[in-house]
Order: sequence, then structure tokens, then C-alpha cells
Amino acid sequence: MKVLSCNNISKSYERGKYALKDVKFSIPAKGIFALIGRNGAGKTTLIRILSTQLLPTSGRATIDGIDVTRQENRLREIIACVPQEARAIGWLTARQFIVSYLMWRGFSGSEANKRAVAAAKKLRIEHYLDKQNQKLSGGTKRKVLVATVMASEAEILFLDEPTTGLDPISRDELWGTLMTLKKDHFVFLTTHYLEEAERLADKIGILDGGRLKALGTLDELRKKVKYPYCVKILSDVKIEKPKVGEIVKGVDGHYQIVTTEHEANRISRKLISKEVRFSMSPLTLDDIFYYIVKKPIEEENYAEEESR
Amino acid sequence: MLKRNRGSQLLASILVNAIYAMINYPIVLISTLLAPFSLLIVITFVSHGTLLPVAIAGALIMTMIAAGTSMQQDLSHLKNDFKLQDMIISSPTSAVTYLVGMALSEIVYSIPALVVLVILGAIYISTTAIGYLAIAAVLGIMFVFAVSLGFLLSTLTSDVVQSWAFAGIVSTILSALPPVYYPITYIPLPYQYLAYLSPATYAAEIIQNIIGLTAFSGTTILADWIVIIAVATAVSYIAIKKARWREN
Ligand SMILES: Nc1ncnc2c1ncn2[C@@H]1O[C@H](COP(=O)(O)OP(=O)(O)O)[C@@H](O)[C@H]1O
Ligand SMILES: [Mg+2]
Repeated sequence: MKVLSCNNISKSYERGKYALKDVKFSIPAKGIFALIGRNGAGKTTLIRILSTQLLPTSGRATIDGIDVTRQENRLREIIACVPQEARAIGWLTARQFIVSYLMWRGFSGSEANKRAVAAAKKLRIEHYLDKQNQKLSGGTKRKVLVATVMASEAEILFLDEPTTGLDPISRDELWGTLMTLKKDHFVFLTTHYLEEAERLADKIGILDGGRLKALGTLDELRKKVKYPYCVKILSDVKIEKPKVGEIVKGVDGHYQIVTTEHEANRISRKLISKEVRFSMSPLTLDDIFYYIVKKPIEEENYAEEESR
Repeated sequence: MLKRNRGSQLLASILVNAIYAMINYPIVLISTLLAPFSLLIVITFVSHGTLLPVAIAGALIMTMIAAGTSMQQDLSHLKNDFKLQDMIISSPTSAVTYLVGMALSEIVYSIPALVVLVILGAIYISTTAIGYLAIAAVLGIMFVFAVSLGFLLSTLTSDVVQSWAFAGIVSTILSALPPVYYPITYIPLPYQYLAYLSPATYAAEIIQNIIGLTAFSGTTILADWIVIIAVATAVSYIAIKKARWREN
């Protein structure tokens, strides 16, 4: 089985400041891997290192045994990347762009054209093939980029925030595309839409402040939080300490209580009676993410008068 | 593993950066055709026609230099605004393949102008077969120098402001200083030294001597050849070795 593994990858653009710090993990190179994290977490840095665009400051990474830093030419034979903020060249048509990319990879013009058409059909953008890229809608532009790499022979695709900025419907369509892609590719994508990772990914990595905070399937990540329910309080009010469960506070001043279903119901009833705005649901990746990225708050921060 | 077609890899750059641009926007053809003629016309009229052959040779040299400047601008644009360079890095296309393909695309882009200039040259520049060959060689060397420099600089830029700054400095040194449209002796003395900062000056001396406009000694001309060959070799070597391809 093919494996992607990072062994203590660190990257520092400026002395003393780390964009990535000792990132270490190993995953099967199949299906979809989603790297999630907030802006500045280090996602782009990691994807650029793995796709041979950037050298790490220290550490090693291999994909299917091929060393990312030392055997880059071998690796480049089997990968393709859509960088964050990549755009299909504006003055070309979608077809011209896809065909040129494939020709750059060494396909003949006619083979490139066949592949471009086939990929466009799969993504249902064949009607746009002869339109200029700059005249396409945002969603179609992204699909052109995805079609471009998927039309190639690369087995491993790196997609840096492929759906950022898309409207919900376009995003949904692109998700469908990615689900078909993963049948015969290994897709390594980054996103800050947790729902995206939840819907698509076979494995999820949580990156925060340059460190890998958690890695696993959605179920495995769920187990990192000891309770199955979450109550989110949307305003900065004094919070009662839950009888069971834990409470975490977000940077925005919102509170998150992870707890049992029973306790969640009890807290909800109390909050309703106090007319506090809140939401309650089974644990989502959002909740897990907030839980993992932010530590539970200290005892003394609970509101005294509210307890018991 | 896929058998990669080297010709396709080069052709891709030519398609993107020249042919598709011309097909999609035919007005491009007119603008590239006109580019070298502004100074050619001015010099010819001001000199009452006497400098026409020099001005044609000068326009040819300038077309080579301009290929390098546009290479820098085009590649910076593709790299910074479309992230194309990163897409290319993460693919089997090597930096050298990309560089050579893009350099060829600049030639293709200049074909309209080159055709007219070569026809004018054939009519108004009279020299021996060796002379024509030497002129072609000088132009080729200037081209290698200019596109290598353009490629190198493009990989160092991270946005359009930097790209314009590089282009401004380079085109002043390469196009404004050197006396390509007139003999260097027209420049008052202390400033002549300034002109020698530009490789184009040495190229112009060789060509002007071939045309018979100037009569520099054999050693001067030999030195000129050595300078342009050395500069072109050094810059293309640096471009291949030091261009910022994979970052660190
Ligand atoms: N070229 C660079 N030079 C200096 N700092 C950088 C550079 N690129 C990214 N950084 C810094 O590294 C950190 C991680 O950035 P990035 O990998 O882009 O995160 P993400 O993709 O998760 O938003 C950020 O603090 C960012 O400011
Ligand atoms: Mg990013």
C-alpha cells in the first residue's frame, strides 16, 4: 500500500518563527485526505512542501517511498497541484488551458485534446470548453482547474483550498467532482470548511499554529472528545458549569459545552428559560475542531453564582 | 511511465504565450509588428536616411532585448497572477524546458516584426554572406542573454510592482544607454563609458562595423565578441542554476 509520511517537517520563513513545527504523520495515499485549519495554520506551507514547490527547513517526507526533497523529479512524474489562488489563464479558453497543461506534461496535442474533453464531460463543463476563462463564473473557473489536473496522468493531486469563495451550490457540485476523483486518485486537499472535510475526507488532519493537533477518520476524531453532544452559546453570558462534560471558550467569546445528550437537554431547557441564544446538536467536525484547537478553560473561569 | 513528448512540452509554452494570444486577440499582431519601428522611423528621418541601415540593425537588436523584457513580464504575470509556475513545478516539466519553450514563444511573438525587419535588412544592409551570418549570430547571442535574464528576474518577483521595477531598470540599462541606432562615437566621451555597461553596445559595435558605418580595429571587435558571448553564457548559466524554481 502506498503511504504518505511526514517525519518532523518544520518550516521557518523567518528566523525563530515557525510556519510548521515538527509535523509528523503517516497516512495511506488513497482516497481523500483533508487538512483543515484556520488561515495561517500552515496548510499551504505543507502542501507546497509535499508538492515539491518549497523546501522544508528540516525534516523529511516521502510519498510511496519517494523522498520529497531529494527525489523531486521522480515525484513530479506522478503528482499534480492546483495552488491556492491559482487561476486558469484568462486570455485562453478552458480547452486551450487544459490542453497546454497536458502538453507541458508531455502529451501530444491530439491526446491532450481527447483527455481535456473527457475530463470536461466528467465535470459537466464541456459546454464551456471554448469560452475564455476570464468570462466563466467562479465555480466553473475552479472546475476548469480541477479538470486540468484530473485530465493528466498524475495519480496524486494536491488541491489547496479548492472550494474557498464558492457559493454553496457550486461548492456542492465541486464536492461531487472530488468524490469521483478519489476513485482513481489520491487527493490531498486543504480547506477551512469543516463541512467539506466531513463530507469528503477519508482521513482528516487538524493543523493549528503550524502543529498537527489531531489526525484520523471522522470517527476517530470524534473519540477525542469524550462526549457526543455539543451546546454552543452564541453570546457572552455567564455560563453554568455542566454536571457532566467540559466547557471551552472560543476567541470570539462564544462558549461550547461538550456533554452527554441528557445533560445537553437539561442545559438547553435552562438556557431557553433565560432566553439565551444557543444551539444544540450531536457533535460535528466544527465542534471537534474547536475542541481540539482550543483548550478547555480553567476552573476559575466558570461563573460562580450560576453554579449548582 | 508515460513517454513524454519533448516537442509537446516546448510547444505548450509557445501556444500559451504566443499563438493562443494571437488567435484570441488578433490586435496583438499589430502591436508586436509596430513595436520596433518607432525609433527606426525617428532615426531615419533625423539622419536624412543616412542611418537607415544602422537603424534597421538597431531595431533587430532591440527586438531581441525586448523579447527578454517581455519574457520577464509575461512569466511574472503567469507566475504571480495565475500561479502557473507552481503548477509547472509540481509537474514533470523542468525549469529548462519551461525556459526554452517560453523563449521560443517570444520569438514567435516577434515574428511579424522580425519578418519586416529582415526584409528591410536584406534590401538596405549590404554585406557579405559571412557578414549576414555574423549579424544573425550577434542577434542570437543577444536573444539568449535577454531571455535568460528575463527568466531569472521573473522567478524572483512576487508581484506586478516588483516586476515593473525590474523591467524599468533593465530596459533603461539595455535599451536607453547603448548606441544601437547610431555609432557610439556620437556619444560625448565620459558618457561613452556608461554605454559600455550594456551588452547591447558591444553587439551594436560588431554589427555597425559589418555594415561599414564604423571602422573599429580587429582587436576591438574580437573583444566585443568575447564580451557578448561571455555575458550570454554567464547569464544563461545563472538563470538555470539560480532562478527561483523550488523555493527554500
Ligand atoms: N512566503 C512567506 N514568507 C513569510 N511568511 C510566510 C510565507 N508564507 C506563509 N508565511 C507565514 O506562514 C504561516 C502559515 O501560512 P500558510 O501556510 O499560508 O497558512 P494557511 O495556508 O493555513 O493559511 C503564516 O503565519 C504566514 O504568514
Ligand atoms: Mg493557505
